[in-house]
Amino acid sequence: MLLEVRDLHVEFRTRDGVAKAVNGVNYTVDEGETLAVLGESGSGKSVTAQAVMGILDVPPGKIAGGEVLFQGQDLLKLKEEERRKIRGAGMAMIFQDALSSLNPVLSVGDQLGEMFVVHRKMSRRDARAKAVELMERVGIPAAKERVGQYPHQFSGGMRQRIMIAMAMALEPSLIIADEPTTALDVTVQAQVMDLLAKLQSELNMGLILITHDLGVVADVADKIAVMYAGRIVETAPVHDIYKAPAHPYTKGLLESIPRLDQKGQELYAIKGLPPNLMNIPPGCAFNPRCPLAQDVCRTDVPPLYEVSGERGSACHFWPEALNG
Amino acid sequence: MAERAGRDERAGRDERAGHAGQAGRAGQAGRAGQAGRAGQAGRAGQAGRDWPAEAILEVRDLYKHYPLTRGILFKKQVGSVKAVDGVDLDLAPGETLGIVGESGCGKSTLAKMLVHLERPTAGVIRYKGDDITKLSGRALKAVRRNIQMVFQDPYTSLNPRMTVGDIVGEPYEIHPEVAPKGSRRKKVQDLLDVVGLNPEYINRYPHQFSGGQRQRIGIARGLALRPEVIVADEPVSALDVSVQAQVINLLDKLQSEFNLSYVFIAHDLSIVRHISDRVGVMYLGRIVEIGRDEEIYDHPTHPYTQALLSAVPVPDPEARERRERIILRGDVPSPANIPSGCRFRTRCWKAQERCALEVPLLAVPAEFRLQEGPAQHPSACHFAEEKRVVPPGPEAE
Amino acid sequence: MPERYDPDEAVAPTGAGGVMDLATSEGETLEKLPGGPKGTGPAELDPSAPSGERARSLWSDAWRDLRRNPIFIVSGLVILFLVVISIWPSLIASGNPLQCDLAKAQEGSQPGYPFGFNGQGCDVYTRTVYGARTSVTVGVCATLGVALIGSVFGGLAGFFGGASDAILSRVTDIFFGIPVVLGGLVLLSVVTSSTVWPVIGFMVLLGWPQLSRIARGSVITAKQNDYVQAARALGASNSRILLRHITPNAVAPVIVVATIALGTYISLEATLSFLGVGLKPPTVSWGIDISSASPYIRNAPHMLLWPAGALAITVLAFIMLGDAVRDALDPKLR
Repeated sequence: MLLEVRDLHVEFRTRDGVAKAVNGVNYTVDEGETLAVLGESGSGKSVTAQAVMGILDVPPGKIAGGEVLFQGQDLLKLKEEERRKIRGAGMAMIFQDALSSLNPVLSVGDQLGEMFVVHRKMSRRDARAKAVELMERVGIPAAKERVGQYPHQFSGGMRQRIMIAMAMALEPSLIIADEPTTALDVTVQAQVMDLLAKLQSELNMGLILITHDLGVVADVADKIAVMYAGRIVETAPVHDIYKAPAHPYTKGLLESIPRLDQKGQELYAIKGLPPNLMNIPPGCAFNPRCPLAQDVCRTDVPPLYEVSGERGSACHFWPEALNG
Repeated sequence: MAERAGRDERAGRDERAGHAGQAGRAGQAGRAGQAGRAGQAGRAGQAGRDWPAEAILEVRDLYKHYPLTRGILFKKQVGSVKAVDGVDLDLAPGETLGIVGESGCGKSTLAKMLVHLERPTAGVIRYKGDDITKLSGRALKAVRRNIQMVFQDPYTSLNPRMTVGDIVGEPYEIHPEVAPKGSRRKKVQDLLDVVGLNPEYINRYPHQFSGGQRQRIGIARGLALRPEVIVADEPVSALDVSVQAQVINLLDKLQSEFNLSYVFIAHDLSIVRHISDRVGVMYLGRIVEIGRDEEIYDHPTHPYTQALLSAVPVPDPEARERRERIILRGDVPSPANIPSGCRFRTRCWKAQERCALEVPLLAVPAEFRLQEGPAQHPSACHFAEEKRVVPPGPEAE
Repeated sequence: MPERYDPDEAVAPTGAGGVMDLATSEGETLEKLPGGPKGTGPAELDPSAPSGERARSLWSDAWRDLRRNPIFIVSGLVILFLVVISIWPSLIASGNPLQCDLAKAQEGSQPGYPFGFNGQGCDVYTRTVYGARTSVTVGVCATLGVALIGSVFGGLAGFFGGASDAILSRVTDIFFGIPVVLGGLVLLSVVTSSTVWPVIGFMVLLGWPQLSRIARGSVITAKQNDYVQAARALGASNSRILLRHITPNAVAPVIVVATIALGTYISLEATLSFLGVGLKPPTVSWGIDISSASPYIRNAPHMLLWPAGALAITVLAFIMLGDAVRDALDPKLR
């Protein structure tokens, strides 16, 4: 197992109280596997990733419990210095907004080369050559000429490619991509996702794809974890979940998106709003919005019931959700 | 009378250019006659509900170029950003026209011109037959009552220092003739109710609401003056998936309740299909293909539309294998430096010499002119051919 | 947007869930709008519609908020007190600030003279009380003048942009280039009036460009928000946009800078007086007393501490007042 997250809890202390952003998340990623973490804003999907990467803002954030096992080693027990060595070389992250993730006053060649200078103690000249090689690898035309240019001189799609190049530079075994294509246009989005998938299979990396886009997930993921209010509410191989979701939230999400291939009638809309993280409803967090909710949902937190070998659903009434 | 003749003459010229599928179907004679009638009715005052099925909004040859200048004291124009570069479209009463395109294609600039937030560099926008682009002062204010806008970002489109009551009631303060002072509060509460918000929230501030609720407040403000046309610029793209559906359903409901016409601008093709009757695809400041929703989605003839549709991620893992993806080369060229001839040719896999020399007109392509069917709709391509890129859904058969 | 934890975001109003349910009364809502599409005539009043409380606005809410804010109350009382003794100093000080006895120079506190005596043998208490008038007048008037002129010019330049903005920016650059003290020496040395007005005028003249810069910047920021576009699309006039939408959203930095500047103006008056171009005796001011006492801080600190303390309290009171007003005008902080 490449990465295993066990019962992770993350809290944020704010002026108005403690916000429970992540409340017991478990997931695993293997080499060459793509796990999609699907959720809306505030579901805790990015916070989980930040905790795994070790880039959570502490304070106000605080890891309140759990383990993050990377190649068998609990990262949360490591010293900051040891974690820093793993970041970049062992695991790397791709962010949504490439423009603000790149330093505007350094050329992209310098930023790419930096990785080799710091981690591999290469000379500046060798690092530069490596930078050009990386840029070619992620499909930036005229890499030799453009290596000295600055981030703002590249288009959005090209910048995201540079981000990918940076993440891939040290050939990490795990990539976490947080909404990597959300800011891009669809035609460019397709290019970038293709590139990511190609590099992943070449390097046999594990990939955690964090997104809210059910379409992107369907295109690339092997398995899915759906998050709601800091918990995983459903986890399944990608084909099963779209065919027959076993959690009313997943079901609602799938039914609420319009289709490209037909016009359709009125959309199903999940009623209400996502919960306030300072005041998560007791029992199942989804119960105020759930069409299946019964009394037990308002009192007992549902465990992740086993639906079948690889599938789990945190719903007391998952058989109804699955068949209904 | 001279004005009317001029309009008829223009209508005729438009027809010869062969643009706009609507016009093609309506027929030349009928169209010219109706334009005249529409003009008269418009002048006669507020017409009843028996408005002829003639365009409520007509856009002809619309351009917006922003000059690029150099120098601080003595500015010299060194070029221009051609944000909108010759757009024609019609909007029928009660219709939803979707406009899709990637960022930088000029769709937001188009929206701003429609609601008169930007003045076009050239071209006309006719509301019920009268050109509104040159209006100012009182006449403009009167037109604004009828064309309203819903903005993309619910976080910046509401003044954080005004109460919901003040935000939704502001239209009445600007147009006091619409509602006497005493009735305004009641009207605002009714509007909040219509958009699905608790009327008691009238004294709250925007930050106390979630994104979806804020967008409802923005919609209530847009509805306050009872407009006939609403231009919605990416109204749901800033919202969470589960909330998007709520807002789309609300827009649908309001359209039938108030007989609204929508210009719905978005980059999400699935949402546009869901809400639109007709769809126009924009690329670098121009509409490259326009038609009814199934004409565009199931029978696209322009290569850009095909590429765009094929790139949309579909929430169906089974479709992964069945779909053919058209991955376009490179990025959209800068609107300051538009390619000659067909503006799409630099990324098009079909491009030939002719594409660099000749600008393709937005018209029904010659190969489909005689062939009845959904492929017969305007498409600005020299080598248009039908190609289905969205696999039919399981229930579609 | 990268998904980040944002406390403001998470504050969804409680109980909103029910309201968002679209399933409720979709059909009826149409009838509630007066003059529906079919012209159903005047709408019937819905008895279930909540009559609610009185309509509120930013300003009434801000005032309600301020009245409950202890910081506002304390600073307001201090300022009120300062204003009262500026007008009627004899209310709390029976002596004459100009009646001095050199024999008592630099003496400390003694019965009847709690603050002691200054270098000229004048009663520090009386002088501090009487000094309030000039110092508060200089501080408040200079600040008001600077804030008014600066925000009007800066605001209009930021709002309209173009040539007026370019010209204003160059003009402020020129003013920034004038050294304050040197400028004061030159400009004020030709003035013979012994009132505070030339000094205030000079401060406004040199002070407004700074505030106009700030006002311009915050107006430009506010102007770019979509709500300004929305108001424009509704047909709002420029004056409405400026007053209703831009000003409330741009005023905060102006208030902060202006209240901080208030203290600077009071001490600038002292500097100018020390150099002999500001206020001239027999005018009494904290500035004059502070600068004349500062060489003796080791031997007779009381001479400096009392007027300086009065100055510090005054400045603090105005800054706190400014903070309270700024916070009250931000609904997010309520």
